[in-house]
Order: sequence, then structure tokens, then C-alpha cells
Amino acid sequence: MSSETQKILTTDGIPLEESLKQAEKKNKIKAFLLVTPLLLFLIITYIIPIADMFSRSIDDKMVTNMLPKTYKAMEQWDGKELPPEEVFEAFYLDYKILVENKTAGRLQTQLNYEKNGFKSVLKKLARKQKKFEEGNYKEQIIKVHKRWRNVDYWRAIKRRAPAYTYSKYLKGVDMYSNEEGKIVQVSENRRIHRILWSRTLEVAFFVTLFCFLMAYPIAHLLATLPMKYSNLLMICVLLPFWTSLLVRTASWMILLQQQGLVNDFFVWIGLVTDDNRPEMMYNKTGTYVAMTQILLPFMVLPLYSVMKTISPSLMRAGKSLGATPGVAFFKIYFPLTIPGIGAGCLLVFILAIGYYITPALVGGASGTLISNQIAYHMKSTLDWSFASAMGLMLLTGVLVIYWIYNKLVGVDNIKLG
Amino acid sequence: MALPKYTEPHYRIWHYFYLFVCGCVFFFLIAPLFVIFPLSFNAEEFLVFTDGMMRLDPDAFSTRWYKDMVYGTKNPWGLAAKNSFIIAIFATIGSIILGTLAALGLSSRHMPYKGLIMAILISPMIVPLIISGVAIFFFMAKAGLAATHLGIILAHIILGTPFVVITVTATLSGFDHSITRAASSLGSNPFNTFMKITLPLILPGVISGGLFAFVTSFDEVVVVLFLAGLDNTTIPVQMWTGLREQLSPTILAVATCLIVLSILILLTAELLRRRSERLRGINR
Repeated sequence: MSSETQKILTTDGIPLEESLKQAEKKNKIKAFLLVTPLLLFLIITYIIPIADMFSRSIDDKMVTNMLPKTYKAMEQWDGKELPPEEVFEAFYLDYKILVENKTAGRLQTQLNYEKNGFKSVLKKLARKQKKFEEGNYKEQIIKVHKRWRNVDYWRAIKRRAPAYTYSKYLKGVDMYSNEEGKIVQVSENRRIHRILWSRTLEVAFFVTLFCFLMAYPIAHLLATLPMKYSNLLMICVLLPFWTSLLVRTASWMILLQQQGLVNDFFVWIGLVTDDNRPEMMYNKTGTYVAMTQILLPFMVLPLYSVMKTISPSLMRAGKSLGATPGVAFFKIYFPLTIPGIGAGCLLVFILAIGYYITPALVGGASGTLISNQIAYHMKSTLDWSFASAMGLMLLTGVLVIYWIYNKLVGVDNIKLG
Repeated sequence: MALPKYTEPHYRIWHYFYLFVCGCVFFFLIAPLFVIFPLSFNAEEFLVFTDGMMRLDPDAFSTRWYKDMVYGTKNPWGLAAKNSFIIAIFATIGSIILGTLAALGLSSRHMPYKGLIMAILISPMIVPLIISGVAIFFFMAKAGLAATHLGIILAHIILGTPFVVITVTATLSGFDHSITRAASSLGSNPFNTFMKITLPLILPGVISGGLFAFVTSFDEVVVVLFLAGLDNTTIPVQMWTGLREQLSPTILAVATCLIVLSILILLTAELLRRRSERLRGINR
């Protein structure tokens, strides 16, 4: 700054520069204060709980808290041979408290996950330990059941020592860490989660593709028709958009049922015989058809808003310079619509990947997606840490898609409605 | 879209094929909604078009399912409708207040960390609903708000505010800030300036954002399924339960009412959009 500018003073006698800075600062605070209520509200009720899902998904303190003395005594034990007397004593004392508080059942179940057959061994110990005498617990415990001499059981206890675990994440991709601590896959007939992940991706991909193929022509028509016709046709897009998701799902359930109109139509045109009507609901077909119709407006609207801004004279110029309509379309029109395509595809794909209601109603067993599994664990098995782990895996996937999209197209280019 | 006379035949065919495809897609979009209307007036208990309906026999039609919806014994729809409206209205009010304030702050050019804050504010729209449901459920359970109206209203404010923030920010993007400066220079205090100058101008954006928030709340089922107890059942939850158990014509009667409601909302939204475009001087 030159010395001249510093001389400029406001009426209060404060240098102008400083006064401006103060005003700027005031405005900043004012703007921030306006945002604060919503920001705080969302952080407390939404952002922190999502972060909390992470701590919940890796939390494994249950066993750790049930056997505090045992794990303290086990710190010195290397796990190669049978643990020393102190460990046996500590375990006896911990277990006695659990039996007295009637919470031993939870420990039995948890340890049985680690080593099959642990439950019966522990149950027998619970019955016999009342008659235990003081001292030499190692001998007494082994006398109750000879499996206590097997070092595998003690290793199983030790494996549950850490308060945190990533086992839920492994379970989400059908893997687990076995008794030697190696990460292996579950047996082939139990790999359900991988099927669900790949099916979710497949459904999301194809629904996005179908939506794109159907939305592009009608968005183009809407953008090029004169206003009075396009407004009328726009209602066909907006009415489903504003209608309840469950209403639309219900109408598909009516249409796709075996005695439904779609099957009636197929019989009428002679595609299938009356006694051989295909099952179109409670499988993937139903999921595809219903989800495509439900998500189609989310593809049409961004495409339309981008196409609306493309001047028709561009195509005319291309044609007048000798391009055939096909070439003009692919060289001029199509590249200009890419921001709309990107926004529509991103929107539909992300909505589809987290879809829950429609697949649950029309999907049947072969049409359910990963969200249904999350809801199932939330509501039925109550394995909330597993539901959290799978939810976060899904969220990570969505964020990765956003990141890739941002690199390719740029989020700023998104146009909604 | 009439074709010029000099169009070559194969382009002509291509053009009509294109129109045909568009027609099919529009039919695919809109037709499923209109299946529900006639079937909800079915006199029979089946969800198929009976022969009588095909012949337009008046006896084949009746309003018994509508009567069942309103007067039916043990019917859950009255309570559900009451809950749905209470929850949606309060959630909309909350979303509008919080969202409009935030949008005003965000569109100020002095706002620091604009990108990051915007990302946080619209995150409930981006994160898959099932994950939002799980997270919100954990919070409400901890706060002791599970299975209360308040809990569901707060949850719907979370889901509804992004729409208000987006629509109001969009309206404010064409806003001439010199008007508010003019008002202050004429001696108006900030609150008066907002109520008398800013609010009337951004009102279309606020209302259309509010409509989005209302519909989001009124139609929301994933989060409510996690949160609701028996007393806070809503229309979507009842429909969900009904559709899972048995598809009854009563549900179609409810669905018809919901379609009529969405037509009303659509008309309001369209009128507002046009008004807003007129006010912003966008004439296309």
C-alpha cells in the first residue's frame, strides 16, 4: 500500500482500510451466525451419529468388560502353552461373578462364536464351580472338563481381549479371521453378502442405464417442443415425481401380479398362454421395472434443464456446414448435454444403490438389496454393530462415486431442476 | 415439431420412430398411476378389472373401500393421517426456518468456508436414506426421543432442510442486494428489511422448498419405520404394512387420495415456479 491510501480516514478518524476490515469481519460473523443454527443442529443430530456408527461398528468391549481380571492376567501369557495358574484363578473369579449376576449366558454365546463347543464347556463349569475349594484352580477347572487342557480354548478367550474389532467389516464381505488369526473366506454356500453387494451394484447400474436410455429422448423432446405443449408433457414427469413412493410401488404391484394388467396384455397379444403367465413380481424383473419408473424423473429433470440451455442454432449451424443430422448430434449436441447426463446418472445411481422400500415390496428373495440386509439386522437380529459396519461400507462406496464424479465432471456442473 | 417439407424419407421415419419412443416412455411414466383410480372403486374385493368393470356396469363400481377407509372398524388410517399431517407440518415449519436462515448466510459473499458448510448442509440428501435412518435412530434412541412425535419431526427436519437450502439459495442467486442496502440506508432495521423487502422477494423459493420438505416428510417411510412406535404410525408406514401383508382395495382408496393430494401440490409448485421466474425476469 502506498502512503497516500493510508491517509484516507473515515469520518470517525479511523483509517479507511481498518474500518473496511472491521465491517468485513462483522459481515462474516453475521453470515456465519445465520448458518449456525442449522449447522449445529445437523452436526449434533446427524453428522456425529454417523461418526458414532463407526465406533459402534468396531466396538467389541462386551467380552473385554466381562473378563477384566482374566485379560489382565493373560497379558504375560504368550499363547503357546497352557496358561499359568494366575490366569485360571482370574478366569474362575471373573466367571463366578458372571454366574452370580446371571450374565454368563452372553459370555457363553460370544465365546461359542470363537470356538465351537465352548458353550457346553462353560455351562458345565458354571454348574460345578460352586463346589470349588480355594487354591489350585488350574487342576480343579481341568477336572471339570478335560477340554480346558486344550490350549485352543484359552486362545479363543484371548482373541476377544482387544476392545475393538474389524470382524464386522470382514463379515460384510463374507470373510472372517480363523483360529490362527488368518483372514479367510467363509464356506462357499454361506457367502450371501457378496451376492448382495454385487446384486446391488448390478441393479443400480442397469436402472441408471435404463433411466438414461428412456430419459434422453423425452428430455430432448421436452426441451425442443414449444412451451405450451412441453408444459403439458412436463406434468407426466412431475406428477410421478410428486406422488408418494408407496403409491407408485403399489401400482406396480397391481400391474405386475400374475392376474395383473401386464400379464393380461401379454396373453391378449398372444405372447404367453393364459395358464402359463410368467411371474414378474417378487424377483429381479419387478425390481428393475418399478425402480426404473420411480427414478426416471430424477434423470429427466437435470437432462431437461441442461438441454433447455442449448441453443438450437448450434445444430443448424452444424448441419449448414455439411454435417448429417447424426454427425451433428454426436459432435455438437451430445457433448453439450454431458453435465446433465452426469448429474442425472449420479443422482439415479446413488438413489438406486441405497434403495430399500421398493425392492423389499416387489423384489422378493432374489430382488433384495444391501439396504434390505441393513434394515434386517437393525430390526430383526438387532446386530446393530453389523448394520453400522455395512452402512458405513455403503456410505464409503457412495462417497467414492462422488469423488470420481467430481474428478470427471465436477460437482459444480450439476444442475438440479 | 413439424418436419420441413424437404425432409428425406428415412429421416421422416426416424423422426416418427423417435416420437413413438417418447410416447411409450411418457405412457410408462404416467399410466401406472391411473390404474389405481378405477380399481379403488371396485365393488369386488379383487385387485383385477372384473368383467363388470370392463362393461362399465354401474353395479361393478362402489365407494365401499372409501367408506372402509373412513369408517372401517379398527382402521388405522384416521390416526395415521392425523400423525402424518402433524409431523409433516411441524417438520416443514422447522425446515423452512432453519433452511432459510442458513441460505441467507450462505449466499452472503462474506461467508467463510462456503463449500465445506454447503456440503454438510446438503449431506442428508446425498447419504443413502437407509444410512441416515440408522444414524438418526441411534441418536434418537440415545436422546430418548425414539417413538415420539418430536423425534420423528426432528428427523424429518434433518431430511427436509437440504431442499429449502437449495431452493432458497437458488432464488437468492438472482437477488439484487442493493435493494436491502437501500432499505438500510433509508433507516430500516435488519429485521424489518428482511420481513418487508427480502422475504416477499424470496417467498416463492421458500414456499417451493417448503413444499419439497412437506412431501419429503409426508412420504418418508424408511426413517419412520426405525423410529415409530404404535402411536406414531403415519400413512406411509400403514401403507407399507398393508402392502407387505395383503394388498387390499382400501389401500388403493388411500392411494387415490394421495394422488389427488400430489396433483394439488404439483399445481401449487408449478404456479410458484412460474411466478418466481416472472419475478426474476426469466422469460423463456
